[in-house]
Amino acid sequence: MTQATADQAKGSVLAADGTPLKVSLRRALRAQKLRALMLIAPLLAFIVIAFLMPIADMLFRSVENQIVPDTLPTTVVALEDWDAKGDALPGEPVFAALHDDLVVAAEAKTHTRLGSRLNYEDSGMSSLLRAAGRGVRRMSPDEPYEAQFIDMDKDWGDIETWRTIKLYSGAYTDGYLLNAIDMQKTVDGPELKPASQRIYVMLFLRTMLLSLTITFFTLLLGYPIAYLLAILPLRTSNLIMILVLLPFWTSLLVRTASWKVLLQQQGVINDLLVWVGLISDANRLVMINNATGTIIAMTHILLPFMILPLYSVMKTIPPSYLRAAKSLGANDWTAFWRVYFPQSVPGVGAGAILVFILSIGYYITPELVGGTSGIFISNRIAYHISISLNWGLAAALATMLLIVVLALYWVYDRMVGIDNVKLG
Amino acid sequence: MKTRHLFGATALALLPAAAMMAQDTATCENCANTMTVVSWGGAYQNSQVKAYIEPYKALHPELTVVMDESSAESVAKMRAMAEAGNVTWDVVDTLASDAIRMCDEGLVMEFDDIDAVLAPAPDGTPASEDFGDLLINDCFVPQIVYSTTFGYRTDVADWGGKVPSTVCDVFDLETFPGKRALQKRPIDNMEWALYCDGVAKEEIYDVLGTDEGVERAFNKLNGIKDQVVWWTAGAETPQLLADGEVVIGSTFNGRLFSAIVEQNQPIAMLWDMQDFDLDGWTIPADLPEDRLNRVLDFLYFATDTQRLADQAQYISYGPARSSSAPLVGFSEVLGVDMAPHMPTDPANATNTHLYDYGWWADHRDDLDAKFQAWLTQ
Repeated sequence: MTQATADQAKGSVLAADGTPLKVSLRRALRAQKLRALMLIAPLLAFIVIAFLMPIADMLFRSVENQIVPDTLPTTVVALEDWDAKGDALPGEPVFAALHDDLVVAAEAKTHTRLGSRLNYEDSGMSSLLRAAGRGVRRMSPDEPYEAQFIDMDKDWGDIETWRTIKLYSGAYTDGYLLNAIDMQKTVDGPELKPASQRIYVMLFLRTMLLSLTITFFTLLLGYPIAYLLAILPLRTSNLIMILVLLPFWTSLLVRTASWKVLLQQQGVINDLLVWVGLISDANRLVMINNATGTIIAMTHILLPFMILPLYSVMKTIPPSYLRAAKSLGANDWTAFWRVYFPQSVPGVGAGAILVFILSIGYYITPELVGGTSGIFISNRIAYHISISLNWGLAAALATMLLIVVLALYWVYDRMVGIDNVKLG
Repeated sequence: MKTRHLFGATALALLPAAAMMAQDTATCENCANTMTVVSWGGAYQNSQVKAYIEPYKALHPELTVVMDESSAESVAKMRAMAEAGNVTWDVVDTLASDAIRMCDEGLVMEFDDIDAVLAPAPDGTPASEDFGDLLINDCFVPQIVYSTTFGYRTDVADWGGKVPSTVCDVFDLETFPGKRALQKRPIDNMEWALYCDGVAKEEIYDVLGTDEGVERAFNKLNGIKDQVVWWTAGAETPQLLADGEVVIGSTFNGRLFSAIVEQNQPIAMLWDMQDFDLDGWTIPADLPEDRLNRVLDFLYFATDTQRLADQAQYISYGPARSSSAPLVGFSEVLGVDMAPHMPTDPANATNTHLYDYGWWADHRDDLDAKFQAWLTQ
């Protein structure tokens, strides 16, 4: 029996060249899929390189701790048997291993790098290791290293120094992530930090709260404008559109700086209120360098991101629906609320998500007008990236932020449904 | 390298002061013909262009200098470039504390013998002695001494004719009511707070190293906390003072100088307990040979006695070489005598505070976390 007749016997259809139709079709489709893939390949490559890989790198950095086992390879092994919960210092073999590791590290000048890393966890490690890099060269192999280390700096005889090294001796650590939620590693497991050092959870909450407030205000201010844009004749609406877009074309810093001029205590608004007599000269309003300043400036800056999606959705709502509602006896409010508004909800969803996500990641404006009560978690991330160089902690904070945003996205999808979002 | 330096020294001897004539040129063997200089932008970078880069380019017409204004983010950018294996900068102007960080991270090159790299003073004193204590580590060539200090408005009616005379007046809301501007970081503020709480100057860091000391400093700062506007950029305080938003505020002395002398604002200096700090050059680690030769040649020229003194023609920061100090005088450019505006001028430097680099390198991360937590409380 030939293959073809066997296939026929099983009831499959053959293409003209004798191959089964299924196979032939699949081949044709594969070619098509391949062509489609080729078309999106540049974009795909761009997204992988410029978006997915940096995020993966960030996630990796938030747990990466290679520097400790890399710089102190034998010390880390020697420390494995030491009981960090006890009161006794690690024994001579550990000090000897530390000596050998530091000699190599000082040669490669990596001991100071390790010092900066461990200094994030325990103040003083930086100078301790910098001095040790110089000191180990003068040590004598004939005398016990423990005494020589403690003689060089008494901190080597402090059990906390060793606990820190032991806690962070792994190639990966949860220390950064714990730090990002105001906790710390201790020999007894993770613990909350003392109250005087807790800051990140509060900043996360504040970032969420202020971002929600800003989203709410942009909606409140943006909805009527978008409505006007959608219903007014083209000539008038174009003019309004230009006014909406104008801030888009102005530098962010210029706009933020002008809010300073307007809102400060000796600023235009306060001067005006005093002149009108609404407030006295001694009781000028504090509207900047606090959360109020952040809300006002960011609402203004993000307003177009609310108006544009709203407008593009409203534009598609036929005005005849409203007229129909009215002709069936609805008053203005009912016609709007029961007929118009439900149809604009996809635009509200799109605008709200856009503004909320943008404001969560903002940091220039809060930095300039936020004072102390109006700064966001992103300001701390920027600080750890550019000033303290604690990139591990910055990555951990960013990871937390990513998780929070994904969680909110999930909640939104559950409550509103992501299909209900439309950009036009 | 030696011959080049000798030649450089002769060229300088032949050409006194800053008046370089275009036809006189120097050579630099195996040197790259472009050089990227990173600095702070603004008036400060401008003073470097006028005092160092333009005269150097007159000697080396083949050179193209690219100016970058990224010094504020220099540490993060240097680390990113080193990780990417593509360092595009040749010489970087940074704060001393940032230089320490970069040195510890291995991002900038260490000088084995600073006297082989920098010019001696005109009287032959080696550079290591001429710069003295200001050579804080092996990676950093100091350029200027600046200070973080206070300026106050001279027309505050509520003060009844009194003017602040000590740094502790900043903490005195009774006599000197009004808002203050302080930098949003623990450095300086903690020291001033402890000093005004009665801690002796030489014990400040010992006290600040304990939890009680930190608490004590915060308690002192609590007294003025609700009257403080916290700044992050050096330009903010002069602006806040000029607008009348604050009546007294800390910033870098050069910023106050331009507000007072160049813009004639009703502001005066309060030099008491001014905090000295340094700014200077670093060279990225592992530069290719030709680029390194160019930078070393430039650095030798730009950090000599006359050049450092020249910079003080344009901005009121003190030159880091002791041999440059006597050369600072009347500025033709600004039309004022610069000496009384220098933080190092004896009349201004009666009571000063020295920033302890080593101590802050150890405690900065920890104290900053506490400081930020305190701010948000």
